[in-house]
Amino acid sequence: MAGFNPGNNASGGSVFADMRHRLLMPSWITIGVLLVIPVLLMLVYSFLTKEFRGGVIWEFSLAAYDQFFFDRGLFGDEPVKIEWTYLTIFARSIVQAALATFFCLLIGFPTAYYIATRPASTRAFWLFMITVPYWVNLLIRTVSMKFLIRDTGPLNHWLMQAGILSEPLHLINTNIAVQLGLFYSYLPFMVLPIYASVERFDFALLEAANDLYAKRWTAMRRILIPVVKPGIIAGCILVFVPSLGAFLAPDLLGGAKNFMIGSLIEEQFKGSAGNWPFGAAASMILLSLVLLVLMFYARSDARSAR
Amino acid sequence: MSVNMNSTRATALAAAMAVSLGGVSGVAQAEGSLSIYHWFEYIPQELLDKFSAEHDVDVTMDTFDSNESMLAALKAGKMGSYDVAVPGDYMVEIMRGEGLLDSFEPAELSNFNNMEDQWIDVGFDPGRKHSIPYQWGSTSFSVNRDVFDGDIRTTSIIFDPPESLAGKINVLDSQGEVLALASIHLGIPQCTQDRDQLKALNALLQEAKPKWASFNSDGAKDVLVSGDAAVGMIWNGFGAKARNEGANIEYAYPVEGYIVWMDNVVLLKDAPNRDNALKFMNFLLEPANIAAVTNFAQYTAGVKGVSELLTDELKASPEANPPADAPAGTFVQVCDEQTQTFYDQIWTNLKK
Repeated sequence: MAGFNPGNNASGGSVFADMRHRLLMPSWITIGVLLVIPVLLMLVYSFLTKEFRGGVIWEFSLAAYDQFFFDRGLFGDEPVKIEWTYLTIFARSIVQAALATFFCLLIGFPTAYYIATRPASTRAFWLFMITVPYWVNLLIRTVSMKFLIRDTGPLNHWLMQAGILSEPLHLINTNIAVQLGLFYSYLPFMVLPIYASVERFDFALLEAANDLYAKRWTAMRRILIPVVKPGIIAGCILVFVPSLGAFLAPDLLGGAKNFMIGSLIEEQFKGSAGNWPFGAAASMILLSLVLLVLMFYARSDARSAR
Repeated sequence: MSVNMNSTRATALAAAMAVSLGGVSGVAQAEGSLSIYHWFEYIPQELLDKFSAEHDVDVTMDTFDSNESMLAALKAGKMGSYDVAVPGDYMVEIMRGEGLLDSFEPAELSNFNNMEDQWIDVGFDPGRKHSIPYQWGSTSFSVNRDVFDGDIRTTSIIFDPPESLAGKINVLDSQGEVLALASIHLGIPQCTQDRDQLKALNALLQEAKPKWASFNSDGAKDVLVSGDAAVGMIWNGFGAKARNEGANIEYAYPVEGYIVWMDNVVLLKDAPNRDNALKFMNFLLEPANIAAVTNFAQYTAGVKGVSELLTDELKASPEANPPADAPAGTFVQVCDEQTQTFYDQIWTNLKK
């Protein structure tokens, strides 16, 4: 996967070599201004003192992290215990995001495989079918999902008409509805990278395995999956990371009853809590979690490259 | 040379376009502009168009769904981009304390004396130096009469509901109003610092939560109309709209009490168009104009001479006319920092 790399190609790429840094400037500026500076700002804010009703006072404080990890009771004078409130919220988000990743993989892998094994002329059509719903704004799609699954909605109507159910299936405002929303929102992020990997896969390898008396399942497990693994991992990350910070699905489909990380952070900035340093600290902790996941990916990627 | 020729021609073309565009926009462009930060689904667009036409002003409006999110947006850097905002009573007091409001003299508004007397010397803005009354109403709840036909004039419907309503209740996603109504239910003062009372408040909400279906403010009407919820904590006018959209619901004025509120148009500090902001406020003190808002949003105006301009439907609306024996409503109080910290913790406990 060497690809085109002007840096290693001194003779042919001399024009580009000179301009390389200048050509990269827009990217660097974008990354710097839109990514690095906001994250650093967030890091700094998380160590500042909160101002009543939003804002920060420029005095160093560990109060935000203290609030996250330690419980001193409602009035702050009980013996210190571990604060489970926020850990529970994080755990709930991680479980939801992991389940969404699992279900997306379960449905997304066969889908991607199916599309990649169609004749080249029809693949574009199938990819088009996958992406069309995603031209619509996420908010609208989430609200539509809400209409679809409510007790008096079409889904229950059909199921009851068909005689499959006698009572409506109560989905709205449950964790299952949140899961459904996450799964549906991020499914294409799983399908597309896996499709890209499977499409490049040389199916002659499977025939070779077959010739060597490998069973279909063995060939799949020992040949196809290892080769398309980068696509699978990329898909998992693309589903897991945004699911972790999602707040539309929990708000609209879960009835905003149980905070997920995203809604907890939103509440610190938009809600009555107005605790910016705490919101920043929770964001930093979330960011650290995401970085851990990405490091895990980088390591497994390096291992598979070896 | 040809490069130069081209660029000269391009410049000439651009200049010509600028002139012609300038000419066109000169016709369409208004004298000035006005930027409004407003609650969602509240003011009719026709009224904004009317103001725009009368005063030759371009009007733009952004909306918010809670007092707190408006404050957050203003504090996070939106000051100086809006001229007027529409905060509720307690939020006016907070914004005044935060120094976010500009002041004006009564003489700057020719319609100042159109305000109803009871709304001039209000606690959150004594003498109306920063704000004018907009609409007022109550916050309580509506109950679907197909689902429940018992007595609904009690806050127990929300906080200790009968079995048939459990799991079918939507509450507003608004800390101030939920904790205030819960305090009314318990008969304890708002912003209490008494430990036993705060613990009781926390316990009440913890016990009530499993019986609640959802927290939703901007969908408070929709959940009642669609039948997702059989009980919905709601603002009275929004409840009237839900009823008009076909829900068989009745709005309750509980005997324990309920919340009253008043939304106000405030003049923001650093308003880019202070003159137009004052023109707009004066415009909204005109009975015919504010009556248009009242007829649309189904609340009650704070301006003299509006009542005869209301639709018959609104005049007879049960949401806008409390029964004779209803107690007086209570305004949400602004708590001090210490109590607010307890309130935040109780709220997080509720939603964790």
